[in-house]
Amino acid sequence: MEDQFSSTRFLLISALIVMVGVIVASMVGMAIKEEVRGLPKPTLLFLLLFTATGKFFSFAQFLGFFGPLIGIILGFDSINRERVLRTLSKLVSQPIYRDSIINAKFLSGVAVITIILVSIVLIITGLGLPLTGIVPGAEEFWRLAIYLVMSILYISFWLGISILFSVIFRSTATSALASLAVWIFFSFFISLGAGFVADAIAPIGQQGPGGVDPQMVLKNAKVQEAISLFSPMTVYSEATSTILDPMRKTTSSLILMGPLERISLSRFQSPLPLLQSLAIVMPHMVTLVAITLLCFGVCYAVFMRQEIRTI
Amino acid sequence: METPWIIETEELTKKYDGFTAVDHLTLQIREGEIFGFLGPNGAGKTTSLLMFLGLTEPSAGKVRVCGHDPARDPLRVKENVGYLPENVGFYDDMTARENLRYVARLNRIPDSVSSKKIDDLLQLVGLTEEATKKVGTYSKGMRQRLGIAEVLVKEPKLVFLDEPTIGLDPDGTNRMLDLIRSLSKEKKMTVFFSSHLLEQVQRICDRVGIMIKGNLVAVGPIQELAKNKLGVDKESYTLEEIYMKYFKEV
Repeated sequence: MEDQFSSTRFLLISALIVMVGVIVASMVGMAIKEEVRGLPKPTLLFLLLFTATGKFFSFAQFLGFFGPLIGIILGFDSINRERVLRTLSKLVSQPIYRDSIINAKFLSGVAVITIILVSIVLIITGLGLPLTGIVPGAEEFWRLAIYLVMSILYISFWLGISILFSVIFRSTATSALASLAVWIFFSFFISLGAGFVADAIAPIGQQGPGGVDPQMVLKNAKVQEAISLFSPMTVYSEATSTILDPMRKTTSSLILMGPLERISLSRFQSPLPLLQSLAIVMPHMVTLVAITLLCFGVCYAVFMRQEIRTI
Repeated sequence: METPWIIETEELTKKYDGFTAVDHLTLQIREGEIFGFLGPNGAGKTTSLLMFLGLTEPSAGKVRVCGHDPARDPLRVKENVGYLPENVGFYDDMTARENLRYVARLNRIPDSVSSKKIDDLLQLVGLTEEATKKVGTYSKGMRQRLGIAEVLVKEPKLVFLDEPTIGLDPDGTNRMLDLIRSLSKEKKMTVFFSSHLLEQVQRICDRVGIMIKGNLVAVGPIQELAKNKLGVDKESYTLEEIYMKYFKEV
């Protein structure tokens, strides 16, 4: 079933790789120069290649925001294109199991995502070596590997979403728009909505006689964080920034930290060991795995139950 | 000994939320015959085909195709049965040969074996010269012929052809019918020909079944039906007369 990659699709994807590679390389070039200036001898410099915000944004931010697009492009027409071409009825009348069609669609997508991400990271690493003159250590390597796994999971989740829409909707345009709508919803409206809801539940604007109530501020921040965690985007970006930046010791915002936590943060400015970083983002990783599997499960169930006439 | 049945159904029924598409269908098809399956649009012909192929599950009744139950063992059935849907689809950005090779791979035929066979099939349907063109550029008739070639890739014992001549010009239709007949004679292939083009069915089919509103109202050799229904012998009848007679009764 790997024949599924049609030539145009593959061209599109390789164009994407090159484009992102070039953009990131140039950004990183600028970024590294600016970041390294003034820093005595930064530890774990190599990871800065991915997290440093150069002129515009870092690679990690870029992938968190536009990564879903890769998944959507790969998946939005996977089933309904076969339907439009009327090849789906042909496929199901061949001696293959019906679920192998949907499995192949998903797995081939995941394979492409893996190839894209690994090659991008390799490109950046390759460009980064001469730029920084530092060879990445074992810990940086592992951090990058975990980052890769999380990114593959995250984009696979979006692949799952778009395949699901391609199973449900007959027209490729509709399924593309639906996937994009979900993407935009999660990337913009959830955070906007989180702010609104938090303000409604715990308004901080109204100043009482004693000024702003600190309890209210805390509650507001809590609500906001809880709601934005509904967005896989937030889950992913919190997890990856913790993994890629060893100086980060928690995923929660400064307001939500307890006083002791804050003191320890300001006292001990050393990077967190890899295992500790991993421990912090474990729930995030489990969530990513869960939503990806859930999404594919729904896809699978819907596809298998569809009456053949509608295929 | 009689030739065995290749399709056997017993009281086969399919219901879609209250609507009965196929109503207690009992039918036997013998190996090697060309069976014409007639009926107006929406009579349940395609639904029956889908049940024979195991693509949709019967609501009640039994069906055996090539000795297997399509609902339980769809892979065994699909290995032996070819299906040409009414509007056959291809991957338009692949050539005819690539399309055929893809289907051969899905049937687990290694490329070394299939390439010779694909050449022969392209020759058979007269597409050798166009074999390296993308299917997207094909005319309706060429697509239909490629569809036949595709069905034959897996060397089926039984083929279901759903309106195979629709959209073909008269010459194309003639050649298609000749092809179907020669396949049946030379390769001992059973052909299940679903159509409402009566004149064509009369030309090539050994036996016919007439399906109206989900019920099989008649089945048998055309001559026999003519005798029963019109009370005439010889060639002085057309299938259309018989068909209309049944149609009016329902």
